[in-house]
Amino acid sequence: MKTLSVDQKLALDAIKPQDEPHIRLDPGKCRACKARPCLQACPAHLYTLSPETGEVTFEHAGCLECGTCLALCPEDLDWSYPAGGFGVQYRHG
Amino acid sequence: MDSDEQKVDLIVVGAGLAGLSCAYEAARSGLSVLLLERGDHPGAKNVSGGRIYIEPVRDLMPAKFWQDAPLERPVTSESLVLMGPSSSVTLVFSSESMRADPPSSYTILRSRFDRWFGEQVEASGAFVVPQAVATGLLRDGDRIAGVRAGEEDLEADVVVAADGALSFLAREAGLAPGLAPAGHALGIKEVIALDPGRIEDRLALAPGQGAARLFLGDLTRSMVGGGFLYSNRDSISLGLVVSLEDLGGRPDDADGSHALLDAFKERPEIRPLVEGGETVEYSAHLIPELPVGGLPSRVTDNLLVVGDAAGLVIYHGITVRGMDLAMASGVLAARACVKAREAGDFSASALSKYDRMLAESFVMRDVERHAAAPGFLARRRLYETYPREICDLLEDLFRVGPDGKERLYPAAWKRVRRTFLSMEGLKDLWAARKL
Repeated sequence: MKTLSVDQKLALDAIKPQDEPHIRLDPGKCRACKARPCLQACPAHLYTLSPETGEVTFEHAGCLECGTCLALCPEDLDWSYPAGGFGVQYRHG
Repeated sequence: MDSDEQKVDLIVVGAGLAGLSCAYEAARSGLSVLLLERGDHPGAKNVSGGRIYIEPVRDLMPAKFWQDAPLERPVTSESLVLMGPSSSVTLVFSSESMRADPPSSYTILRSRFDRWFGEQVEASGAFVVPQAVATGLLRDGDRIAGVRAGEEDLEADVVVAADGALSFLAREAGLAPGLAPAGHALGIKEVIALDPGRIEDRLALAPGQGAARLFLGDLTRSMVGGGFLYSNRDSISLGLVVSLEDLGGRPDDADGSHALLDAFKERPEIRPLVEGGETVEYSAHLIPELPVGGLPSRVTDNLLVVGDAAGLVIYHGITVRGMDLAMASGVLAARACVKAREAGDFSASALSKYDRMLAESFVMRDVERHAAAPGFLARRRLYETYPREICDLLEDLFRVGPDGKERLYPAAWKRVRRTFLSMEGLKDLWAARKL
């Protein structure tokens, strides 16, 4: 069986993305952050470090709402659940 | 509209097993109940490994409940697989008692199960409101008077926080500490569709029967955690659980959490089992890992905390048990609310009947009996040393190389002395006495 990339796996999930991100990064805090555990830990691999700008970016559309980034972030991450009816809707669970 | 007309006895936040069980019991006892669920339906946001132990909670539900429940397969085969970097040892256990009727544990897919459970809750008279996120507690002065759901204020005598591992409500009520890596483990999983005949052939199962297989060792790359494989009716749940603290402390160049699952899936112990299957879902969820017994207090005036939100999970070896505890805590919370309503008193002292019932139930008895497990399981050698050493010991036993074979006893003794009879090994053994 072929190995799927994380993006391909997320594409299998029923996700109803909200326009507004439910998680917001503070570029200043992320720039100053040494640990950046979000980059490795996010199971959906939604946090990336731009090699050009050195900025951490977050793509909210594939979020599985697990809370890993919230628990690991050394800063006060602005994190909330997507509004009702949005976000991941598991069909198996 | 007059607020008294809208006010309900109970608002339950979160349609997981704790919330559903609480709403079900409360509605069946005549309380007016509103169950808020942020997903499209109960189960839409829920993930478990998963395997549920029925025995402890069988009598908390009507007999018909378990007859009709859409569970997957009764577990009749248990395996433990110790993994070295390139070898493994598998121990398979099965017994007559596991094939007894009614079965004591089942594999489960939560979206399917919880959705059905939600229908039973509605039939019992509770209002289940999907797509509703509780954004905070509603207060009347200092008193908790309900919850806020976006623009709407919803009033109730009692709020039950069944909002899962992240429990924003328990924290807002001052009962839960801030989220911290040490307080959680991350579970990630793929559901792989496979036809029932292949599942049964590959796992050596009789038709309809199920397997639970746990994995310890190289797959978690020295992190505290393990892997699991459960056979569902027409799919396999394959995943792993790792300590969030360990995951957060990994170096920048380490593979991401998702890559651990990919590597696990590529192992020769797994690959032939899922070959030809089709991944149909990828999921992730946190598991609470609070100090033993979860929150120090689960009750305040007008509010109770149940299930994962209350940290009610038990670590047994590498399995994490929470679903039966969630169900029991939900039912007991509902019973405490029924008593509180009879007395017209919703203070912490009246609601603490929930704590007392929990203490007398299997929930806290098991929590206390297994109190030493988390400390023992934090010993890293369980993940990075012993599985590999046991594999190597068996390699010594079975392998014949080009130069023939070493004498067994000296080779084995050297290994046992170095690994198990070392100071570290003896300390681990000494720590195990409390299990």
